[in-house]
Amino acid sequence: MKVSRGRPLLFAIPLLFVLSGCDVLKLSVMNYAGPIAASQSHLYVIVGIVLVFVAGPVLLLTPLIAWHYRLSNKNSAFRPNWNFSWTLEGFIWIPPIGIVIGLGFVLWHYTHTLDPYRPIASNLPALKVQAVGLDWKWLFIYPDQRIAAVNQLFIPVGRPVHISLTSGTVMQALLIPQLAGQIYAMAGMTTQLNLAASRPGVYRGENTQFNGTGFQNEKFNVIALSPSDYDRWVEHARASAHPLDAAAYAELFRKSSPPQPIVFSSVPQRLFQNILVQSQEPR
Amino acid sequence: MMTQGIWPAVLGRFDWHALPFVRAWENPTASEIIGAGAALLVIIGAVVVVVLITRLGKWRYLWSEWLTSLDHKKIGIMYIVLAFVMLSRALIEAVLIRMQQAAAIDNAGFIAPDHFAQLFSTHGSIMIFFMAMPFLVGLINYVMPLQIGSRDVAFPLLNSISLWLTGGAAGLMMVSLVIGEFSTGGWSGYPPYTELAFSPGVGPDYWIWAVTLGSIGSTLTGINFAVTVYKMRCPGMYLMRMPLFVWTSLCTSILMIFAMPALTVATALLALDRYLGFHFFTNDLGGNMMNYANLFWLFGHPEVYILILPAFGVYSEVVSTFSTKQLYGYTSLVLATMAIALLSFTVWVHHFFTMGQNADINAVFGIATMTIGVPTGVKIYDWIWTMFRGQVRFTVPMLYSLAFMMTFVLGGFTGILLAFPPLDYLVHNTLFLVAHFHNMLIPGLLYGMLAGYHYWFPKAFGFRLNEKWGRISFACWVVGFYIAFMPLYVLGAAGVARRTQGMFDPIFRPWFYLAGVGALILVAALGALFVQLWVSIRERDANGVFAGDPWDGRGLEWSTSAPPPEYNYACIPRVHGRDPFFDAKRRDDPYAPPASYDAIELPKSSMTGPMIGVVGAATAFGLVWHMWWLTIIGVLAIIATVIARSFARHVHQIFPPDEVKRTERRWLRAVAEATPTSREVEMTSVNQGVAEVSS
Ligand code: HEM
Ligand SMILES: [Cu+2]
Repeated sequence: MKVSRGRPLLFAIPLLFVLSGCDVLKLSVMNYAGPIAASQSHLYVIVGIVLVFVAGPVLLLTPLIAWHYRLSNKNSAFRPNWNFSWTLEGFIWIPPIGIVIGLGFVLWHYTHTLDPYRPIASNLPALKVQAVGLDWKWLFIYPDQRIAAVNQLFIPVGRPVHISLTSGTVMQALLIPQLAGQIYAMAGMTTQLNLAASRPGVYRGENTQFNGTGFQNEKFNVIALSPSDYDRWVEHARASAHPLDAAAYAELFRKSSPPQPIVFSSVPQRLFQNILVQSQEPR
Repeated sequence: MMTQGIWPAVLGRFDWHALPFVRAWENPTASEIIGAGAALLVIIGAVVVVVLITRLGKWRYLWSEWLTSLDHKKIGIMYIVLAFVMLSRALIEAVLIRMQQAAAIDNAGFIAPDHFAQLFSTHGSIMIFFMAMPFLVGLINYVMPLQIGSRDVAFPLLNSISLWLTGGAAGLMMVSLVIGEFSTGGWSGYPPYTELAFSPGVGPDYWIWAVTLGSIGSTLTGINFAVTVYKMRCPGMYLMRMPLFVWTSLCTSILMIFAMPALTVATALLALDRYLGFHFFTNDLGGNMMNYANLFWLFGHPEVYILILPAFGVYSEVVSTFSTKQLYGYTSLVLATMAIALLSFTVWVHHFFTMGQNADINAVFGIATMTIGVPTGVKIYDWIWTMFRGQVRFTVPMLYSLAFMMTFVLGGFTGILLAFPPLDYLVHNTLFLVAHFHNMLIPGLLYGMLAGYHYWFPKAFGFRLNEKWGRISFACWVVGFYIAFMPLYVLGAAGVARRTQGMFDPIFRPWFYLAGVGALILVAALGALFVQLWVSIRERDANGVFAGDPWDGRGLEWSTSAPPPEYNYACIPRVHGRDPFFDAKRRDDPYAPPASYDAIELPKSSMTGPMIGVVGAATAFGLVWHMWWLTIIGVLAIIATVIARSFARHVHQIFPPDEVKRTERRWLRAVAEATPTSREVEMTSVNQGVAEVSS
């Protein structure tokens, strides 16, 4: 029969599509690479499962009841004046309230443990990074190492990273889905983000808050290295003899996205604090 | 040439490059040509309309019967026409966005970044302020006074002014296609990006003044509707007897009164920054954009309930009517509506969980957000129990209601995910969020409005809409929605930011293609809706329901002719229950003529509304382009109009008893001659607008 031969194909195509398409989730929090993202990913699953039980009944009951009580079905009951029942009323108010109370506790707990400002417990001191959102690039300053990089964030695996953020322009938001959620960066203000990588790899980072015609180019890679490789990178960066001098600084504030990441072998003292002050000065 | 002599004073900051045609001529890229094409389309559209009206000789008719009319029904219809026009534009823009994103994977695509940013900004602003708001205000305008047994709204002239402010603002949106450019700051217009320092052009000014005019119109509408519900109900129409649609109209109006001013203030402060060098939201001199975010969302969250509640009202009417059954849990629906309205003011922070406030604050607002899910869920179940033990007829409005219930729940699902701050951190500002709010607004607003349109159309025009095309359109809206937006959840989870003009990874491609196909199906849905209108108008004689009650309706609005006379009811009705007309049909003769008729007084047409709207838009245009003379003249003209109106003495028209009697007799004769329709065949031409009632 013609129909049955076509049918497997009919199912196979969408299935293949979905399977190949789901590759993209490699880039999402489901493919987490650090403790914060891992915890967020678990939370997705927990809440998702609870919600299946919330949405499920509606998805089932709506078509079933509508179809069973269709006009042409003469076997169904018809009570045009029936309009209330305390039992049903209890059924539709109490379980949802219970679920919201239950989820409320979960929410309270996770919002506090996953607070981006909360330092990650570790016996290693956190690596300090200062991130500055610019048009259309990110500047990452390593204040303790006195180096900096544009559109590239190197971090050591297994050690917490504490990022202070500000913006040298309009508001931006820093998101690295495989490591942690996002936080805004606003001129004249500092926000904070704590994250850590648990395995070496390259993870995508980006600005998610629209900020002009170069917005789509404002992407960067986070490169998580083993501690020794990371130290080697720091040495390498220091040796590169490309200081963040006045000319480079002026260039950073030009509206553009560098085609390649840039590494600076040294940065001026208090650069981050100066940007904070500077962006509040009259233009 | 234009920088010399008197020109700057006359033309402000206009120069030839403000015209998309000039830009396309000098720089003929696909992006500029599309811009010029859109401008051309606006101009051709306007010319065609003008020529057509002139050819048909309908100017006088249009002016005196429609544009200046204070009849709430005509104003309602004009609002909905506006909504459909703007929906068409915004949908085309959405398709362009979709096509660009599908094309621009690791290449530049065909729409330049600046143009792309204008597209999502106009799409969002139009959909919210000039599609959704006019649609729901139009529907309430038409239906609510009829449902409470009133002859008009409380302030008919104010109603016309609101319409024209909205229309003027929408006109400004259209003008921005032809002269200059629009904002690139999104529908939310966040500073400091929209401040002079970062967006010096006219774009944000168009956005500011269009939204400001619209928001003033909506505030006035809210006041008007609320007073109407409080004061204009017919005898016996106690609050707890009001149809659910009236309840949701009331709650929406209250939300408008309290939420809209926050928006007006936000845009006004932004205007002060841009025009007079204030520093409310700038980076420098102590400005702080966080204040804007709070003000905007203090409006913005209630706004989504302003949009959704009227649709909830429509669903309540539709489900009850097409199940031939009393609404289940009337009291709990009313309470749930009130609860939603109240709670909607307590959750605005969930729009910026990522702004760096502490965990306590985020958790409180997250929990408040989840709490709103409870009354919303209750409403869904109330509709399910309404169908329970009913006799469900799958008419087009009912199909929309069912599709809404199932689709909206999915949006609620992702909404609760987003209410968890730690989860929001990951998908905020991504296409996941875009998928979520379309998943709420398309079923929760658009389907509701379309259901209402199909349901009350026969009442407004006297004939039913074509069933087949209605179903085709419905199928396209539903299938198209799923195909267009489900992929966005996946893409957003993978971190694709919203408002992105280009992507770099081919891995995203299949999902963007799929979403693009979905968007095209949605265009087909709108197309089918227009075909339906065309076909229905042509077949209007076969599908006439002048008698007025095609669906075995329950509320008062079905107890008058279709279309109703200008005064709605020859005698003000008196109600005895929640389903007055449905019960009356079963108890006695609802069509019994009264003993005598009285003269009826109604407000006369007035040109105040059109004057204020058109001049208001011109004033705004002057502000946008710094043509100060135009602004000054405009403001003076508005003041003069208001003063002149206050001297007008003959502002009423009288319908003498004879005329009322004649009109009423004609209708009653039609009712008597019509064959009552059984529910099985209500979707066919047998239906003449009188319902067959068993007992
Ligand atoms: C009917 C079909 C619709 C389609 C295909 C569509 C498509 C889109 C697309 C592609 C975007 C841009 C996403 C991005 O930022 O990358 C968007 C944004 C948006 N849409 Fe829609 N949309 C539709 C209907 C609606 C409706 C009915 C509403 C509201 C009532 C709406 C409100 C918005 C808003 C507020 C935005 C955000 C604009 C911004 O970023 O500032 N849309 N839509
Ligand atoms: Cu909200």
